[in-house]
Amino acid sequence: MKILRPILVLIGLIAIWQIVVWATDAPFFILPAPLRVAQTLVERFDIIWPHAQITALEIVLGIACGTLVGTLSALVMAYFAPARRWLLPVFVISQAIPVFALAPLLVLWLGYGLVSKVAMATLIIYFPVTSSFFDGLRRTDMGYLDLARTMNASRWTMLTRIRIPAALPAFASGLRVAAAVAPIGAIIGEWVGSSAGLGYLMLHANGRMQIDLLFAALAVLAALAIALYFAVDIILKRILYWMPDTNPSSD
Amino acid sequence: MVDIAAPSATTSFSITIDAARVAFDGVSLFEDLHVTLPAQRWTCLLGASGVGKSTLLRLVAGLLPPESDVTLACDDGQPLAGRCAYMAQQDLLLPWSSVLDNVTLGERLRMGRARPETRERALTLLARVGLADSAQALPSTLSGGMRQRAALVRTLMEDRPVVLMDEPFSALDAITRVRLQELAADLLRGRTVLLVTHDPLEALRLGDHIHVLLGRPARLAAPMTMDGATPRSLHDPAVLNGQADLLERLAGSAAP
Repeated sequence: MKILRPILVLIGLIAIWQIVVWATDAPFFILPAPLRVAQTLVERFDIIWPHAQITALEIVLGIACGTLVGTLSALVMAYFAPARRWLLPVFVISQAIPVFALAPLLVLWLGYGLVSKVAMATLIIYFPVTSSFFDGLRRTDMGYLDLARTMNASRWTMLTRIRIPAALPAFASGLRVAAAVAPIGAIIGEWVGSSAGLGYLMLHANGRMQIDLLFAALAVLAALAIALYFAVDIILKRILYWMPDTNPSSD
Repeated sequence: MVDIAAPSATTSFSITIDAARVAFDGVSLFEDLHVTLPAQRWTCLLGASGVGKSTLLRLVAGLLPPESDVTLACDDGQPLAGRCAYMAQQDLLLPWSSVLDNVTLGERLRMGRARPETRERALTLLARVGLADSAQALPSTLSGGMRQRAALVRTLMEDRPVVLMDEPFSALDAITRVRLQELAADLLRGRTVLLVTHDPLEALRLGDHIHVLLGRPARLAAPMTMDGATPRSLHDPAVLNGQADLLERLAGSAAP
């Protein structure tokens, strides 16, 4: 049932899609039927796949960079009071500016290639990663810290043995959000200016009324995003082996 | 046979706490408070919730900045800092570490990792408190009593001459509490102990000197001195009479 359920949901969604096609009698270049999209996906897979690889690379690199920069920022803010005072406003302002508005600039500065998309994805996940980790680091149980102090812990072991492990559940929430929004960053970057990637392919197909190809690319993008989310989820569950799942529904 | 729980060096210093005034966030908690913790004896600090017992203990542990006039003196002339082990009401076991890693936490925090001989000693002590089979288990799989026993082993692993305990057994059920009191009395023999508690029975069973903290700002009445070996029997007349006496004193002071 556990594996069956998502498949049933998928079949249900495709059925609704098919019903909408029948009911509206939309022409294939406005809303293609699921079967036609599946056909296109198979026939044009040789075109879609290279683009998908590029987008996947952008997303993964974006998550890696954003996580690295985000965790470092959180550590610096947590450990150096002056850094906290100076970085926090920058941090808030960086979130106040819509990242989408920066996309054309990033393309202008960093070019049409991979770098501007990775930068977009990095920017978009920087906030959730940093704020969740920073919060986690600041909310260490006072009792643990008291205990560590009476044990003459060094600042370093206090961080690595207590504060960071204690912050991991909060950090994991941030990382899950990051995994969900990183694809948006990469796609926006591709829309604004690129010569490869699924976003580029979708824009290109749209311009030529190849809506079935657009949908096929979209399906691949969705599959990528879902695979990414679950991969991150599995890794986090493994790291947080000591956190029991307690669902309010079982109360 | 060498007692693995015994202190590695004999403790022969007593500690004097002189608090002319202790204020916390502007509220005066203690005034004119003098307590002596005699060497190798259990001193119990008894008081109702919120009277400031824990604050006093944290002051002794060096966990609070002494913003007030407090002097801690050891009669061997050495500073107290670094010679205390601390055991709190919560077991404070790290949920991500195994029991063995938790009880060797002190050395892992000081040196980055625990030496093989330390782990060996930890395993022996865990066996002594009946946790031999749980050394690799996560704390979340243990019962409250088992967790507090692990916390006791962690305290012993520090091998400090002074042990400060902040209501360590108060979250346990009555039977488990009685057993743990016996275990603690046995394992902490030879160390100077300051036990903060709100349970008169606990103080009477374990304490050599019992101080009652009353009022706000809190004052200390003259200590009650108990004779005989600890842990005292639950049927000991001195324990039973003392309990009635202490409860009356505590109840008389508390607001209804």
